[in-house]
Amino acid sequence: MEDTICALATTLGESSINIIRISGSDAISIVSTIFTGKDLKKVSSHTINYGHIKFNDEIIDEVLVSVMRAPKTFTKEDIVEINCHGGYLSAKKIIEILNRLNIRSAYNGEFTKRAFLNGRIDLTKSEAINDIITSKTEQERIVALKQLNGSLFEEIERLRSYIMEIMANIEVNIDYPEYEDELVVTHKLLKDRINKIKEKLTEILKNSENGKILKNGINVLLLGRPNVGKSSILNHLIEENKAIVTKVAGTTRDIVEGSFILNGVVFNLLDTAGIHNTNNIVEKIGIEKSLNLINKADIIILVLNNNECLNEEDKNILEKIKEKKHIIFVNKNDLNKKITIDRDVVYGNTLKKDGLDALKQKLLDVFNLENNEIFNSSYLANDRHITILKKSLDIIMSIEKQISEEVPIDIISIDLKECYEALGEIIGKTYKNDLINEIFSKFCLGK
Amino acid sequence: MNYDVIVVGAGHAGCEAAYATSKLGKKTLLITINMNNIADMPCNPSIGGTAKGIVVREIDALGGLMGKVADKSHFQIKMLNNAKGPAVRSLRAQADKKIYPKVMLEYLTKEKNLTIKEGIVSNLIVENNYVKGVILENKEEYYSKVVILTTGTYLKSNILIGSTKKQEGPHGEKTSLFLSKNLKDLGFNIQRLKTGTPPRIKKDSIEFSKMQEEDGDRKLYTFSFDLEPSYKIDNQEKCYLLYTNENTHNIIKNNLDKSSMYGGFVEGIGPRYCPSIEDKIVRFSDKKRHQLFLEPESKYYDEWYLQGFSTSMPTFIQEQMVHSLKGLEKAKITKYAYAIEYDAIDPLQINNNLETKIINNLFTAGQINGTSGYEEAAAQGLIAGINASLKLDKKNPLVLKRSEAYIGVLIDDLITKGTNEPYRLLTSRAEFRLILRHDNADLRLRKIGYKVGLINEQQYQKVLKKEQDINNLLIYLKNNTTENINKKINSKSGKNSLYQVLKRPEINIYELIPNDLYENDVIEQVSLYVKYEGYINKMLKEVEKLNKLEKKQIPSDIDYDNVLNLASEAREKLKKIRPSTIAQASRISGVNPTDISILAIYLKKEYNK
Repeated sequence: MEDTICALATTLGESSINIIRISGSDAISIVSTIFTGKDLKKVSSHTINYGHIKFNDEIIDEVLVSVMRAPKTFTKEDIVEINCHGGYLSAKKIIEILNRLNIRSAYNGEFTKRAFLNGRIDLTKSEAINDIITSKTEQERIVALKQLNGSLFEEIERLRSYIMEIMANIEVNIDYPEYEDELVVTHKLLKDRINKIKEKLTEILKNSENGKILKNGINVLLLGRPNVGKSSILNHLIEENKAIVTKVAGTTRDIVEGSFILNGVVFNLLDTAGIHNTNNIVEKIGIEKSLNLINKADIIILVLNNNECLNEEDKNILEKIKEKKHIIFVNKNDLNKKITIDRDVVYGNTLKKDGLDALKQKLLDVFNLENNEIFNSSYLANDRHITILKKSLDIIMSIEKQISEEVPIDIISIDLKECYEALGEIIGKTYKNDLINEIFSKFCLGK
Repeated sequence: MNYDVIVVGAGHAGCEAAYATSKLGKKTLLITINMNNIADMPCNPSIGGTAKGIVVREIDALGGLMGKVADKSHFQIKMLNNAKGPAVRSLRAQADKKIYPKVMLEYLTKEKNLTIKEGIVSNLIVENNYVKGVILENKEEYYSKVVILTTGTYLKSNILIGSTKKQEGPHGEKTSLFLSKNLKDLGFNIQRLKTGTPPRIKKDSIEFSKMQEEDGDRKLYTFSFDLEPSYKIDNQEKCYLLYTNENTHNIIKNNLDKSSMYGGFVEGIGPRYCPSIEDKIVRFSDKKRHQLFLEPESKYYDEWYLQGFSTSMPTFIQEQMVHSLKGLEKAKITKYAYAIEYDAIDPLQINNNLETKIINNLFTAGQINGTSGYEEAAAQGLIAGINASLKLDKKNPLVLKRSEAYIGVLIDDLITKGTNEPYRLLTSRAEFRLILRHDNADLRLRKIGYKVGLINEQQYQKVLKKEQDINNLLIYLKNNTTENINKKINSKSGKNSLYQVLKRPEINIYELIPNDLYENDVIEQVSLYVKYEGYINKMLKEVEKLNKLEKKQIPSDIDYDNVLNLASEAREKLKKIRPSTIAQASRISGVNPTDISILAIYLKKEYNK
């Protein structure tokens, strides 16, 4: 039997109610021991019951408790939901009590995983539900909803059927070599088709990265020498545009220092804790670590002093960020201009709050966030999808190479099939009899 | 009379089965409706073709007969897909319909343990779910420990031409009227299948000059790994290519209701890959023409086979249709095209050793299992024969994997997916086709044939030597550089091993190796391996992954009703097919990845405690 798990189902923050969800075979019996209302073991399924949570003679909170018995629940297991008061303390305390009573805290996504394993939902849906649960902003919720409605599914399905058509044609050429009237897939023809696939995949990938931006936010790294004004910029961005919700689990959790929202998109400021006040960033944190931070960032804001010439270190950083999205903010524009720089820069003065709006505008411009396209054309929003899409694109690129080397088409079809199957992983579909059915529905063959 | 094995039907499956059991020392009785129709080719006059040609080589590698008989009886042979990659090449021979059965009979009559007898089986003798023998229509009884049914299209067959329907087998032969009822009573699900054959044309009424010639290859080939070519390149017969035209299409469209298929006279389901000409014209109405071939049936009579023109139109329409073709305006039809419908069992009711799940020691092979094609039949016959013999010897069955042979793909497809149309092998059905090539069938399967006992010591040593030579040549390529071998090749790569150099697309292996030290097929194997190593290794990794799943056995006593949360379609399928491994389960249509993970979790919980 699976053990019983619990987790906060609402976002810990400033809402007036928190919901703690408990799933598993012991959910009802254990909660009933700390609930003062009706005997939860005897109430009907799908009812809400008023009472108190009481532990060791101490009343913790006044609550409403929903009881939903298997199998008509999200996880197909018994589920209890405790609606307690908002704020941090009450929920935290109840979860601690549940933990002591052998209900462990769920791993990230564990409810959805159970729903999936118990046959409640399919793979794409489970991911989309997860995204709805964890969505941070309204825009993101729209993306997640779109995915749940299957626009990701459709897009991938369309691309797969295009690939399948080519594969079937290749198979027909192999299995019926003497049927000269059928279209023969030559290297030239394949090259053209592969190009189309590449374009489409690139587009889906771009849109999915947009989706990822909506979901995970944009990682911003602030770089610059000490006393150049980084903290002022940081404070300004965070204070004026403070994220409503707190941090969300993700790969960047450990290094995010703070978040702010512009045009519905979350920006995460990467934590460069401990390096703000050192004299030589690159030296102190080491080349590798600084590169690592630069890699994690989606965009880098380099702050420079108008009054100083570029030194070796500045040039070093400028060189390193050349290939990445970056904004150069030249601070202290009230002082004499000594800096010479041949790149596009934003001038400002943090003390006078000058240029900070231009900086924000620049952030929006770089990611094209004022254009609503990003919200309309993003349907993918998780790392697994992006990894698979990148893998598929890699396969397509390698096929391009095989075509130029005139590797036999039937060998290339191995890669094509790999790409087809990879895309199928996104929507949880396997290969099975697709090919045979395609061949005989599209081609006229046989003795 | 008592036998170890009785084989019912002497077509391509029956001949291989009976040969295998008698060769393996089992006293065997082969029963046929007509002695003159042993190894008959009632449809196309060819052996092999894409995928099928590879199967013929696999049969030969395991010790079966088809390849050798075809080598001794064809009058034209071709390597199909020669211009494509190595994985999809395949031999096809135009076999002489008169000679092929004769050569097969010669092989069979050499077997001391084999008796051939004419008769029609009406019933099986079954006691406690074990088959004990057969009863003929004339009431004679024959007893045996094992029965192999290879009844072809003869179970309750009907021949259909237009609106006429006759209870007959192919070319007017008697049909088996009672056996399928007996099988049904025993618990088999009987399905009705349909296939067809085109008209035959008298040679001297054909104007060949109006058609395009199709020659055999200018290179000598054999299917068999044991025989040298016994034909001369210049003595091959020609085939001819011709096309249907608008007129042909109009005749067919205007008379559709008269055909057996479209007039509603046929119950059986026909194969998608072998459609009648009326099917082609209805389903692909935008096509202006369809390709047809004229192929001689034999050097010893003058009938030609009109490939691509199978139909169930009445004879007077067939006349009009044939006469509409260019070069056949004055053609004389010697045999009219017909559709044939027949009974087959549901292959989901047989195990992976081709023994039925319903009756112990009863094996089935060929068209009775829902397949189509001489080669598919022969392959199953051979495996059924081998497994019948292994069972009598109380040994483990021979189950070829999908990664080992096309034959493995064929049988796994049948018993896992079932079929509701006559099943034909295609290269696209084999996911590992790059390693299932025609050229390495001996390397893949001879050792298995040797272990089973159909391959002798000398044949076995030959394949061991080939393996050794391949290894030696690979070592040579790894240990030498162009510097000491061939200085003409790009000096930049002087330091690279020949092995590395050979990977370059423009390099031919013959530039890199000493003359006359290795056989051509050894050189070809090595070249192929080095050039496609990346793909081959990728495929081998897939195979390894699959083999891991194949090792995950599903206990035979599993009760799928206890596995909670399976989708109901998946549950039904699993209950019916009862797959033996997780891998097999995952290939069943309607069983989704979610079902597989649920099943895997269940197995872990219930059986791995």
